[in-house]
Amino acid sequence: MINKDWVPYLQVAPLAILMVLFVAIPLAVLVTLSFWLSDGISLTPTFSFDNYKAVLTSFLTWKLLLATLKFAVLTWFFTLVIGFTCSYFLVFHVKNLKLQIALFLLCTIPFWTSNVIRMISWVPFLGKEGLFNSFLMMLGIIDRPLEFLLFSDFAVVLTYVHLFTLFMMVPIFNSMAKISPSVIEAAVDAGASPFMILKDIIIPLTRTGIALGSVFVVTLVMGDFFVIRVMGGGQSSNIAAAMKNNIDQLYYPDAAAMAVFLIIAVLVPIVVILRIVDVRAELAR
Amino acid sequence: MTAIRKVKKGVSRRTFLKAAAGGVAAGSGAITGFPTIWAQALKDVTILQVGPAYSVFQDIANQASKDLGFKIEIQNAWTDALMTRIVNQPETIDIADLEFWGMRKMWPTGKLQAIDVKKIKAWEKIEPIFREGKYANGEPVSAQGTMPFEVTYVEAADAKGFAPQRTELATCVPTIYNADTLGLRPDLIGRKIESWKELLNPEFKGKTSILNIPQIGIMDAAMAIEARGDIKYGDKGNMTKEEIDKTIEILMAAKKDGQFRAFWSTFDESVNFMTAGEVVLQSMWSPAVTAVRTRGVPCTYQPLKEGYRGWGVGMALASHLTDLKRDAAYEYLNWYLSGWQGAFIARQGYYNMVLETTKAALSPAEWDYWYEGKPATVEIKDPFGNLMEKPGAIRDGGSYAERTGNFACWNTVMDEDKYLVQRWNEFIAS
Repeated sequence: MINKDWVPYLQVAPLAILMVLFVAIPLAVLVTLSFWLSDGISLTPTFSFDNYKAVLTSFLTWKLLLATLKFAVLTWFFTLVIGFTCSYFLVFHVKNLKLQIALFLLCTIPFWTSNVIRMISWVPFLGKEGLFNSFLMMLGIIDRPLEFLLFSDFAVVLTYVHLFTLFMMVPIFNSMAKISPSVIEAAVDAGASPFMILKDIIIPLTRTGIALGSVFVVTLVMGDFFVIRVMGGGQSSNIAAAMKNNIDQLYYPDAAAMAVFLIIAVLVPIVVILRIVDVRAELAR
Repeated sequence: MTAIRKVKKGVSRRTFLKAAAGGVAAGSGAITGFPTIWAQALKDVTILQVGPAYSVFQDIANQASKDLGFKIEIQNAWTDALMTRIVNQPETIDIADLEFWGMRKMWPTGKLQAIDVKKIKAWEKIEPIFREGKYANGEPVSAQGTMPFEVTYVEAADAKGFAPQRTELATCVPTIYNADTLGLRPDLIGRKIESWKELLNPEFKGKTSILNIPQIGIMDAAMAIEARGDIKYGDKGNMTKEEIDKTIEILMAAKKDGQFRAFWSTFDESVNFMTAGEVVLQSMWSPAVTAVRTRGVPCTYQPLKEGYRGWGVGMALASHLTDLKRDAAYEYLNWYLSGWQGAFIARQGYYNMVLETTKAALSPAEWDYWYEGKPATVEIKDPFGNLMEKPGAIRDGGSYAERTGNFACWNTVMDEDKYLVQRWNEFIAS
């Protein structure tokens, strides 16, 4: 027989081992590396703040941080609006459960192909010679192609929204589906207007979903370097893209210092979100 | 008993192979010079070659394995990843296909071993640009950037630096090279482009691109800036901080004015930009031009009066190779210069360092098209057999002599590399 005192430890062991192996150790390596020095070929193990000094005193870093936050906020806003609206429609307007599930699955269909394919498919559509521009020119709305459609901030945000809306929608849908119809009926009986129901009942009760979705979207956007490179065509940049550039040139410690900076920058919005909504308490509810 | 039988079998198989390889392997003599007993043992050797996708191909490894009787395995890794591996896990590589500028960084680490020039049969037939640092006519080659000759020889096997003149020990066997220039869409430009400065010409506003690899991108930019007359560089391949600053300033101003449509980081991106017509004039690599043309879109690799930016790859041996494995590696190096690889790589527009064997392995019609600059008399196919050009087409830039007689600078990594990467990040983020 196993001693009873050991049972809880055994229960958390699988997760604890995973977390140590795949989170704690890599993070420790990253932090260690950020204090080393590199000349572009070999690494010198030492303890130096040079990398941090370079990162924090560079105007570029702050500019990139601003760009990163801009993309995060824009993407968060649009995915929230779209995700919330879709969930709202599915939960409160589609009464048939089977139809509801079917429509929900429909939303996931684009996710059956890879991220890269879904992203790249925008290129022939938005390009100067692309479908959209050709269409507008055929209709005579414009006489020369709109260049801002591709290789621009617009293209980057559009792709993020396309790729990440589902991550916002699913948690919101989940919380909305838990709202008991009797609560809403009671509100209607008490004379609440549809807007009041939305504002005072639905939004407060779905905030867990909103918070979780926001965490997903914000972290995904802030850590991305691929979408921004391909869709931005090198015309836009963020911290992760600059980090990738450093890694490509073998300046690992510089990239590591930037990564630590980015982790802190991502933690701030996450902490704020989690302060506003106590996700754990709400989920346990 | 068994051992003897095995040896005999090995010898006969080898002899047969030698006879069969006959014409192709002439001059390389890939099979001679080993104790017979090793011939059988060689069969169990596996050589792992690692290098970028434009130089290391499965097709080449398959053919070599067939010809040599031992196994060649390949892995693709871009030069940056390859260099990290050489430094940190040298035992995971037997042969590295390294660009010459990478050699400048890699040789001093001591992870590579010197190659005995005398064991490379075709060494004296390697193009003089690489073997002697001179053109065939004796003229010196531009030393801006990393001129391959500067990093090809060493004085002693354990030397940390490079020898300024020819020695009998080499850091690598030079294998392939090319001359890079601008690619363009002749149908969308409609006039003659003769100078690098057109890259910054407002006429092509929003329709140009340079590559987003700091070390090479800045050289292409420098070619354009110098051609326009803004800056006269001391050495485009090793700029001072001030020169980097000025160059980035000009680039940022051009970017602000919307000169560049985008910046490409991968081969595929450059092909897509051009095919889609997003860009009409950009830095390009020769096989990318080939790829655009294979899709039926006109694309020209335009020779420019200021000259080409050259680059080359050499095969280097990891220092852990000894005895049998090292002998096998030498055999493979010799095979590489024996013709088959030269013909394969020629069909994607690159040059093997040894012309004689390449010529023997190409059909005369192919030789005339790829090397002599004559109109194609047959259908020209790429290395994988896809149709590329119909009879009558002429290769851009003309003959081999014209294309490789005018190097203005070489791919490199500068002393101020770290500063350059930092400023380049600023440029991209601006």
